[in-house]
Amino acid sequence: MNAPASVESQLAEHRNYLLRFARLQLRNDAWAEDAVSETLLAALSKPQSFGNKSQLKTWLVGILKHKVLDTFRHNAREVSLDVAPDSDGQEELDSLMFKADGHFAQAPASWGNPEQDLSSRQFFAVLEACTDKMPVALGRVFLMREWLELSSEEICKELNLTSTNLYVQLHRARLRLRECLELNWFGQRTENV
Amino acid sequence: MVPLWRTCKEAAALLVAREDRALPINDRLALRIHLLACKACPDFERQLLTLRQAMKQWRNYSEQDSA
Repeated sequence: MNAPASVESQLAEHRNYLLRFARLQLRNDAWAEDAVSETLLAALSKPQSFGNKSQLKTWLVGILKHKVLDTFRHNAREVSLDVAPDSDGQEELDSLMFKADGHFAQAPASWGNPEQDLSSRQFFAVLEACTDKMPVALGRVFLMREWLELSSEEICKELNLTSTNLYVQLHRARLRLRECLELNWFGQRTENV
Repeated sequence: MVPLWRTCKEAAALLVAREDRALPINDRLALRIHLLACKACPDFERQLLTLRQAMKQWRNYSEQDSA
C-alpha cells in the first residue's frame, strides 16, 4: 500500500529530529543516515499503522531504536573493536577529583534544587552536548543503556563485552557526564548568583 | 572480618556502580556507614540522583510529540 503525500510530508518533518538521535547513539553519520532512511521507509510501508497523528513521533522513535540496534548488529565487528579504550583520560579525571588519600580534592558542589533545571530546554541542550562530547565508545555504551534502555546483559551480548568491561565504561561515562554538567551548567549557575 | 571503612574515592565508585548493578551486601553496608560519616559524599550522591532524573526526562523528551 502506498502512503499518501500528506503522510510523506509528515514523516519528512521528523527526519532531522530522528537524525539527531541516531547520530548521538551511533556516532557515525553514514550509519545514522541509513538507520533514519530505513525508519522512514518502514513507516511509509505501513501508513495505516499511525492513524493517531498525535503519537507519530513516539511511533517513529520506537522504529528508530530497533533500526539503531540492527545497525549495531550489522557492524558488530567495527563497534566491538571501538570499545576498548584504556587511555581515554579517565586517570586524569580521577586525579582531578580525588587526592592521593582518597578524599575529594574539592567537595562536590550542591546542585541546589534541580527541579527548575529539569524543566529548562537549555539544560537539555547542554546535557545532549555533554553526551555528544563523550568518546565514541563511551557514548555508544552509555546511550545503549540510557536511551535504548538495554539491560547490562543485552549490551554485553550485542557488543561482545565482559560485564566488568561494560561497568568500567559506564562508570567512566557517568563521571564524564557529571563533570561536563558541573562545568557547563551547574557551576556556571552558582557563579552567576 | 571484612573491613567496612571506605575512602571517598571508593564510596564514590560504589555510588556510580550502583546505577548499573546491584551491590554486594558488604559494599552496601560500607557505603551506608560512609554516607553517615561523610560530609562530601551525600552531595555527590544527590548529583548522581539528579543525573538519573535528567536522563529519564531526556529519554521521555526524545519521544514526546509536543522541553
